[in-house]
Amino acid sequence: MTDTSPAPVASPEHMGEPDELGFFGEFGGRYVGEPLIGACEEVEAAFVDAWGDPAFRDEFIHVLNTYGGRPSPTTECGNLSEQLGLRLLLKREDLNHTGSHKINNVIGQALLAKRMGKTRLIAETGAGQHGVATATAAALLGMSCTVYMGEVDMARQELNVFRMRLLGTEVVPAMSGSRTLKDAVNEAMRAWVSEVGDTHYCLGSVMGPHPYPWMVRTFHEIIGTEARQQVMDLTGGLPDVAVACVGGGSNAAGLFAGFADDPGVRLVGAEPAGGAAAGRGVPAIVHGMKSYFMQDEVGQILEAESISAGLDYPGLGPEHSHLAKTKRAEYFPVTDAEVLDAFQLLSRSEGIIPALESAHAIAWVTKAKDELKGQTVLVNMSGRGDKDVQQVQEILGEQA
Amino acid sequence: MSDTQVKKQESLEAYLTERRGQRRLLMPYVTAGVCPDWLELVDAVIDAGADAIEIGIPFSDPAIDGTTIQEATVVALEAGMTPARCLTELSQRQFGVPLIAMTHYNLVYRYGHERFADDLVAAGGWGTILPDLPMEHGADWTAIAAERGIENVLLAAPVTSDARLQRVADESGGFVYVVSTMGTTGARAGVDDAATVLATRVKSMTNKPAVVGFGISNGETAVTAAKAADGVIIASALMRRILEGQSVEEAASLVAEVRAALDEAYPAG
Repeated sequence: MTDTSPAPVASPEHMGEPDELGFFGEFGGRYVGEPLIGACEEVEAAFVDAWGDPAFRDEFIHVLNTYGGRPSPTTECGNLSEQLGLRLLLKREDLNHTGSHKINNVIGQALLAKRMGKTRLIAETGAGQHGVATATAAALLGMSCTVYMGEVDMARQELNVFRMRLLGTEVVPAMSGSRTLKDAVNEAMRAWVSEVGDTHYCLGSVMGPHPYPWMVRTFHEIIGTEARQQVMDLTGGLPDVAVACVGGGSNAAGLFAGFADDPGVRLVGAEPAGGAAAGRGVPAIVHGMKSYFMQDEVGQILEAESISAGLDYPGLGPEHSHLAKTKRAEYFPVTDAEVLDAFQLLSRSEGIIPALESAHAIAWVTKAKDELKGQTVLVNMSGRGDKDVQQVQEILGEQA
Repeated sequence: MSDTQVKKQESLEAYLTERRGQRRLLMPYVTAGVCPDWLELVDAVIDAGADAIEIGIPFSDPAIDGTTIQEATVVALEAGMTPARCLTELSQRQFGVPLIAMTHYNLVYRYGHERFADDLVAAGGWGTILPDLPMEHGADWTAIAAERGIENVLLAAPVTSDARLQRVADESGGFVYVVSTMGTTGARAGVDDAATVLATRVKSMTNKPAVVGFGISNGETAVTAAKAADGVIIASALMRRILEGQSVEEAASLVAEVRAALDEAYPAG
């Protein structure tokens, strides 16, 4: 593969552009109040213009390569492959600057915000990964930054809160509702309404109102683009399965985009059992989009429960709902216990401590190892586990 | 409660247009279930001089609402309020003024458009305000509601472009909801000049009543907000009184105060 700008892998059949109202099939749209319509239109116009400008794309790739650490490698996991009876490859987004795939999207959006003349970024965060990434991009580009984070998550991810503050970002607790990711989204959207003039909302996943699901996926397509070439180089062919964890679904969308139009590649999303929107959800309209959400019988959104703050979201991005409905991708739940096992398994077998989020994808592979026997399985290692070791230590105690 | 029920023989727009000839319109907002005697609060607010009432149906993720309405929402949800219960309780009473349901679209979507429209009519509803359902996505609901005489009110914001504002003015049912500031719902010390500017823009585009919401906390802010508009909505300041433990009568006295201030400032409507 090249180390400059890989050509984007177009997947127009299964992961093409949304329609003019922002729908992927029946999912998506722009369900926001009138004060935000203009802001969404402004972001859409700026994104279309920027993405069509080779100079913008070059700058995006240049920053990702020289600052973000791209391209990230694909690692062949010999030990675990032998144990599981399959060929396991990891796309190493955990090796990116700030420790996860999140840097791709925030560099894209921060460069876009700069181009739009904005001076300030706001963001929501769950585990803190997107918050840290946004704080990093803001520091790099000389922008001010405020991150909204559920109070519960702030307690779970103290170190990331400190990291953001160290980077010069203000962290504001979301005190309403379940005080987790969905409430941080509510707070960030409220703040955007009030401050839309000089502020860009740097949304962290493939969700929210059009154009965010499309734009964020586009900035993450580099994951799938690189991985496709790297797997070809390593194995001489395409993988049988591409697996990623799904909360909102940004790392999965980036990976899937590289393979969506390869009919022989099975796409699998691993959802937390306590937040299985694709598996247990019904369509809802919330957070600016129509997508699958966990909700009660009258339409009140339920609170997700997961060991991983980054996947603690009761819905998922609209393009994933579309991929689930059209059966191009499959989504399976994994339990917290299975995730903890996978977290330890990968650490011991390969010397790679995964983020709890990414451990969901490994957990699915270990569960499904019989049906995957002999297959080439590509897992997106979306983030590293440094941020989680303290939490896992508390849970495992003496066991570890 | 008023002595006579308004017979719904006319549209919300016609009703409000007729009323505005007599006085500035006053539309208080009450979150269904914000207190055990919330229906008495609706009655008291009507007696205090409301021309129509917005009934807020609480939603789990009130992203468009400010702190006070969020708090009212939590209280109402914890008390077990649901869309069906709200509409059923309203249908068991008669009110002297039109009711307008205000909520997030997901609750209407999940209830089912036809069934929600039918039950809203039975509850005394004349209109809906669904701030997270922009006109691009609202055709289905608007058509089904219209078949039952329910008008869907659209919002206009200070940042809304002229071209879009003309569409909002043309397509809005009942009246045009003028968002006075770029913030979320909530009482503020002063009301933006933006309200006057925007109300003037709206009125240059349509004869439909223009009613200002967001940020009206007392008689003074109401008078300022109503300068170029046909009326005002008072929501957070009223809910704040209930959340602070005031009685229905004490809370409703705020509406009486605003009514008096509007009538004094604008005696001829």
